[in-house]
Amino acid sequence: MDPIVILNAGVATGTILLFAAIGEILSERAGVLNLGVEGMMLMGAVAGFGTVVATGNPWLGLVVAMLAGGATSLLHAVITIHFQADQVVSGLSLTFLGTGLARVLGEGLSKAGATALLPTLTIPVLTDLPVLGPILFRDQSVLVYVGYLLVPATWYWIQRTRPGLHLRAVGEYPTAAEALGVDVYRLRYAYVVAGGLLAGLAGATITLAIQPGWFGDLTVNGRGWIAIGLVIFAQWSPFRAALGAYLFGAISRFSLDAQGPDTILGLWNPFHYIHSLTFFLAMLPYVLVIVVLVIGSREAVRRRLGAPAALGTPFIRGERGV
Amino acid sequence: MNSGTAPRRIGISLPVSVRLEQRLSVPRWLSPALTVGSIAVALFISAIILAVVGGDPVRAYLHIFEASFGSIGVLSDTLVKATPLILTGLACALAFRMRLWNIGAEGQFLLGAWGASAVVLFPVLPAGSPAIVVIPAMMLAGFLCGALWGLVPGVLRARFGVNEIITTLMLNYIALFWNQYWVFGPWSERGFQLTAQFPKEAWLPRLTDLAEAVPLFSGLTVHLGLVFGLVAAAVVWFILARSRWGYEIRLIGDSPRAARYAGVDIGRSIILIFFISGGLAGLAGMSEVSGVVHRLQDRISPGYGFTAIIIAYLANFDPLRVVIAAVLFGALILAGREIQPSGVPAMIQGTILFGLIASEVLLRYRVRVERRGPAR
Amino acid sequence: MTAAGQTGAQTGAQTTTPADPPADRAVDLRGIVKRFPGIVANDRVDFDLRPGEVHALLGENGAGKSTLMNILAGLYRPDEGELRVHGRPVAFGSPRDAIAAGLGMVHQHFTLVPSQTVTENILLGLNRPRFRLRLGQFEAEIAELATRFGLRVDPQAKIWQLSVGEQQRVEILKMLYRGVDVLIMDEPTAVLAPQEVEELFRTLRAMTAAGRSVVFISHKLTEVLAIADRITVMRRGRVTAGGVRAADTNRTDLARLMVGREVLETLERTPYRPGALVLAVRDVEADNDKGRPALRGVSLDVHAGEILGIAGVAGNGQSELAQVITGLRACRGSVRVNGEEIANCPPGTAISRGVAHVPEDRTGVGSAPNLSIADNLIMKRYRRSPVAHGWTIDRKAGRRIANALRDEYRIDAPSIDTRARLLSGGNLQRLILAREIDTEPRLMIAVQPTRGLDVGAIEAVHRIFLDRRGAGTATLLISEDLDEILALADRVAVIYEGQIQGVFDVAAASVHELGLLMTGGATGTLAGGAA
Repeated sequence: MDPIVILNAGVATGTILLFAAIGEILSERAGVLNLGVEGMMLMGAVAGFGTVVATGNPWLGLVVAMLAGGATSLLHAVITIHFQADQVVSGLSLTFLGTGLARVLGEGLSKAGATALLPTLTIPVLTDLPVLGPILFRDQSVLVYVGYLLVPATWYWIQRTRPGLHLRAVGEYPTAAEALGVDVYRLRYAYVVAGGLLAGLAGATITLAIQPGWFGDLTVNGRGWIAIGLVIFAQWSPFRAALGAYLFGAISRFSLDAQGPDTILGLWNPFHYIHSLTFFLAMLPYVLVIVVLVIGSREAVRRRLGAPAALGTPFIRGERGV
Repeated sequence: MNSGTAPRRIGISLPVSVRLEQRLSVPRWLSPALTVGSIAVALFISAIILAVVGGDPVRAYLHIFEASFGSIGVLSDTLVKATPLILTGLACALAFRMRLWNIGAEGQFLLGAWGASAVVLFPVLPAGSPAIVVIPAMMLAGFLCGALWGLVPGVLRARFGVNEIITTLMLNYIALFWNQYWVFGPWSERGFQLTAQFPKEAWLPRLTDLAEAVPLFSGLTVHLGLVFGLVAAAVVWFILARSRWGYEIRLIGDSPRAARYAGVDIGRSIILIFFISGGLAGLAGMSEVSGVVHRLQDRISPGYGFTAIIIAYLANFDPLRVVIAAVLFGALILAGREIQPSGVPAMIQGTILFGLIASEVLLRYRVRVERRGPAR
Repeated sequence: MTAAGQTGAQTGAQTTTPADPPADRAVDLRGIVKRFPGIVANDRVDFDLRPGEVHALLGENGAGKSTLMNILAGLYRPDEGELRVHGRPVAFGSPRDAIAAGLGMVHQHFTLVPSQTVTENILLGLNRPRFRLRLGQFEAEIAELATRFGLRVDPQAKIWQLSVGEQQRVEILKMLYRGVDVLIMDEPTAVLAPQEVEELFRTLRAMTAAGRSVVFISHKLTEVLAIADRITVMRRGRVTAGGVRAADTNRTDLARLMVGREVLETLERTPYRPGALVLAVRDVEADNDKGRPALRGVSLDVHAGEILGIAGVAGNGQSELAQVITGLRACRGSVRVNGEEIANCPPGTAISRGVAHVPEDRTGVGSAPNLSIADNLIMKRYRRSPVAHGWTIDRKAGRRIANALRDEYRIDAPSIDTRARLLSGGNLQRLILAREIDTEPRLMIAVQPTRGLDVGAIEAVHRIFLDRRGAGTATLLISEDLDEILALADRVAVIYEGQIQGVFDVAAASVHELGLLMTGGATGTLAGGAA
C-alpha cells in the first residue's frame, strides 16, 4: 500500500479517462453533446485489441482503435448535425450500438492470451524528482506521456489560436460564426470526430496498455460515463480534466488494492478481512462523480462558468422562414 | 487588402440538391409508419452486420420468431420477459414525457429487487406470514426502494440543477455494487453468489399454479407481475391524458419556461415524476425476484432498464404502446439468449433506436430532391 | 488596411441623374421574386443603390423589406430576378460571398459571441491572425477605424459588458473592417434612445461622405425623412414607390404608400380617471441572469383604469421588472397587488391574484410551441372550474372555451388543435392576449406587446388595451417604442440602469426630455409627476 505506487498506477488508469474527457471537451466546446463515449471507447478497445491479436502490432492497433472510435462518432455527427436529432437520444443510441457491436466483434477475443503491449518508458532525469518523479515519470506507458502533452496542447489550441477562436464561437453562438463565413457544420463534424478519435484512443489505452485483455462491456465498465461527468467537473478546461482524471484513477486503483494488506497506514484494514466490503470501495468513483456534479452545479449557478452556450442545440443552417 | 482572405469552403458539387422543407402538418399515418419502417431498416442493417461477421441472419431471425411466439409455452415465456420491460418501459416513458432522461431504470430495478428480497431475507415479517401479507409488503418495499433510488437524481435535478443523465447512470453502477455486496456477503448462500430461495409465500402466483383447474395452464410461467404492468400502463395513461398533472407534464415537457410562466411548480413535478418512475422500475425488480427468480442473485437483469429506454422511444412515450413494444423486445431478449454472438440483441436495439431518431427528421421535414440548375 | 484601401471606386457618383447607366450603381436588383410556403414575400421587386447615398427601404412589418435585403446580403436565394453589383451580375451562396462583394448587413438581432471580446468578434471568420491569437495589432487597427467613423467602443471589452447601442457599433465595425462599401441596416433605431439615433446618423453620414452607401430599413417615417437621400416604399411584397428623392415627398404620402390607406393615428380614449391603487412596488432590487444588479430601488404605483408606460432603452431592467412583479424572479423589496404582498411568491400566486402577463418572449415563455392552440389557451385556467374537474381536466369544457376565444379574438388557424408554433406573430400575440385578458385581470403587465406586428395588428392590440383601461384594469406597459407609450399611456416612467428617472403625465412630457432621461442624462432636472 505504498501511496507512490497507487498514485503512479492512478495516473496510468487516469489516462484512460483523460483521453475520453479531452475528446468530449472538444466535442462539447463545438456545441455537440456526445453521450456515446462509452460506446466509442468500447469500439476503440475491441478494434485495437482485435488488431493486436491478429497482427501482433500494438501501434497498428492504436491507429485502428482511433479510427474505430472516430467512425462511430461520425454516426452521431450525421444524426445530430445534419438530421438535427436530439443529441441526448442519439448519444444514448451510440452507446447501445457501440456496446452491442463491440460485443459482436469481440466474440472469441476474451480467450486470446497475452498480447504485445505498447512500451513503457522511464524518463531519465525527471524520474529522480522527489515525489513527482516516481509518480509521473517511472515505468509509465508511452500513452501516459502522450496525455501529458495533450493537455497543454488542447488548452493552447482552444484559448490561444485562431482555430480555437472559431471553435469557441461555434459552441457559443453558431449563428454569429456562420454569418461571418465560419462553416459551423464542418467544424462541428471535425470536433465530434476528434472526440471520437480520442475516445477510441481511450479504449485502446485500456486494452493495449493499462489493463490489457477483452472482457466484453466490462472492459470499459462505465468509464465513458465517468469521463462525461468529469467534463462538467472540469468546466470544459483540459487542465482541470487532467486533475480530475488522475484523481479518479488513483481512487479506483486504491479500491482494487485495498484488499491486500491487513493494515493501511497503521490502521486495521477491514477490507482485508471482509472482502465483500470492497464493493463499497468500488462504488466510490461513481459516488464521487455525483458529489462533483452537485458541487459543480452549485458553482455553475454562482459563476455561470464556461458551459458552451449552444451546447446541445442543433444549428439549423440557411433559411429561417418568413 | 481584400476581405476574400477568409478560409475557403470545401464542398462537393452534386447534380441534385436535397432540400428539407418544414412540415406544416403531420399526416396521422406517418408516425406509426416510420416506427415500423425504422424497425425494418434496423433489422436489415443488423442482418448485414451479422452476415459480415459470419452469421446467418435469416436463420437467426426465424429462430427469434420461433423461440418467442411459436407455441403457447414460449409465448408465455415471452410475456414473462415482457413483464419487467412493461414496467421499466413505463418508468422511462413517464419521465421522458417531461424530457427528464431517467437512464437509471436499471438501478431502480435492482434496488426494487433488493427491497423486495429484504422483506424476506432480513426478515422484516415474522416467518410463516401468509402470502396475502408477504406479497403486498414486498410490492411496497420494491416500489419504495426503487422510488427512493429515483428520488436522489430527482431532488438533485430539481434543487441543484444537476444533470440527471449522469447521476442516474452512476446510480446504476452503485446499485449493482450494492446488490453484489449483499449477494456475495451477508445474504450469500454458503458462499455462492446468490441468496437462499424465498419461501412459497413470497412467490407471485403463476398460471401454472392453476393447472389443476385448467390443465391448459400447466407449465405456463406467466405470473401476476404481468397484471401489475397492465394496470400500471392504464394508470399512467390516465394520468398523462386526463389529469391536471398530466397537462402540467406536457407543458413542462414542451417548454419549461412557459410552464413556469403558467404557474406550474416544476421542481415538485420533477421530484414526483422521478419518485413514480423509480417506483415503477422498482416494482419491476420486485416482480422479477418474486415471480421468476425467487431469490436475489448477481446479474438479475439482462439490461431491462436500458432496453426500457428504447421501448419508451419506440412507443413514442405512449403508455399503451409501451405494452406492445415491451412484448416485442421480450421476444428479442428471450430468443436472443441463444443467438451467437451474444451482442446481437444489444446491437439490434441500438440500430433500432438510431433508425427511430434518424427517421424523426421526416416527421419535421419534407425531403425535396431537386435538380440543381446552373448557378443561381 | 482592410477598410482603408477600399473607399469605393465611384466616390464622385453622387451627382448622377436617375438615368445613370447601371454600371454606376453600387447595387441593382431587378425583378426579384421570393416565395415562402404560403406567401410571396417579394413580388418582382426592383431596387437600386448609388454610391454615396442613404437609400431608405420603408414599409410595415411583413412588407418584405428584410427579405429583400437578406437576398442582397446572401442569406436567402431569390426564386427569380437578377442581382448586379457595380454592374456585374452576382449570385451569392452565403453572407460571406456578399461580404466579399462588398455588401454587409447589420441585422436587428445582433450576432455577437457574448463571451468574446470586441476584437475577437470582429476577427471571427477571417484568416488572420495566421495561427496564434496575438491581438494587440488588431486592436489598434480597430480603434483607428472606429475613431474615423465616430463609433465609440473599446476593442478589448467583452460583448456582454456592452450596451445595446455599443453592440450595434461592433456590428457596424465588423462590416467596415471587412471593407464593405454597402452597409444594410435592418431597423437599426428600434433598440436605440433618441440621442443614440443621432450618433448613428452621424456615423452613417461619415460613411456616405467617404463614398460608401447605406440601405436603411425602417418603418418609422420621421427617421427615414431625416436620414435618407432616396426612399423606396414596399407594401405586401411589392414596391409602391421606387427610389423617390426624400426632398420630393412628405409624411402623408409616404404613410399612404406604406399602409395603403389613410392612417388613423389617433386612438379614441375615455378621460383619465384613475381608481384605487392596484400595484404598489417599493424599493425593489433584483439581479439579472448574470448576477449583476438589474433593478436598483424601483418604486412605482399603478391605479385601476390607468396605463403606466415604462420607457427605456432595451436592457435597462424592464424585463426584470416584469418578472419580479409576476413572480418569475426573486427580489428584495415589496410588491403589493391590491394591498397583498406577492414579492418572491411563486408565479401561481400572482396569477391567482388576477395579474395577467403578456411576456416579451412569445415563443419561449408566452406559449408552448408544440402544444395545441387549445392547450395554450387554457394555460392560465386549467386549475379552475370549469376546465378543472377535481384533479382531472374536463377536455370538453376546455375545447369550448378555446373555440370561443379563437372566434372572439380572430385567431387565424385551421383548428384549435393546430400547434401554436405554426401561428404567425400577430396570431400568436392575439392568442396570448386572448388568454390573458379573458380572465378579467385586475393588473396587466405587458412587455413589448406590439413588437414585430403589422399596423392592423398593432391597432387591434392598442384597442384591446384601451378597452381594458375603460373596464378598470390597471396596466403596466413596458415598451421600447416611445411613440407607443405616448399614444397609450396616461403616465410614463423612464427607467435607466435599473432606476426610475422620473414619472410624468404623458400630456406634459416632451420627447426630447424623455430621451435625455432614457440615456441617463439630466436626472431630476425635470419636475416629476406623482411617483
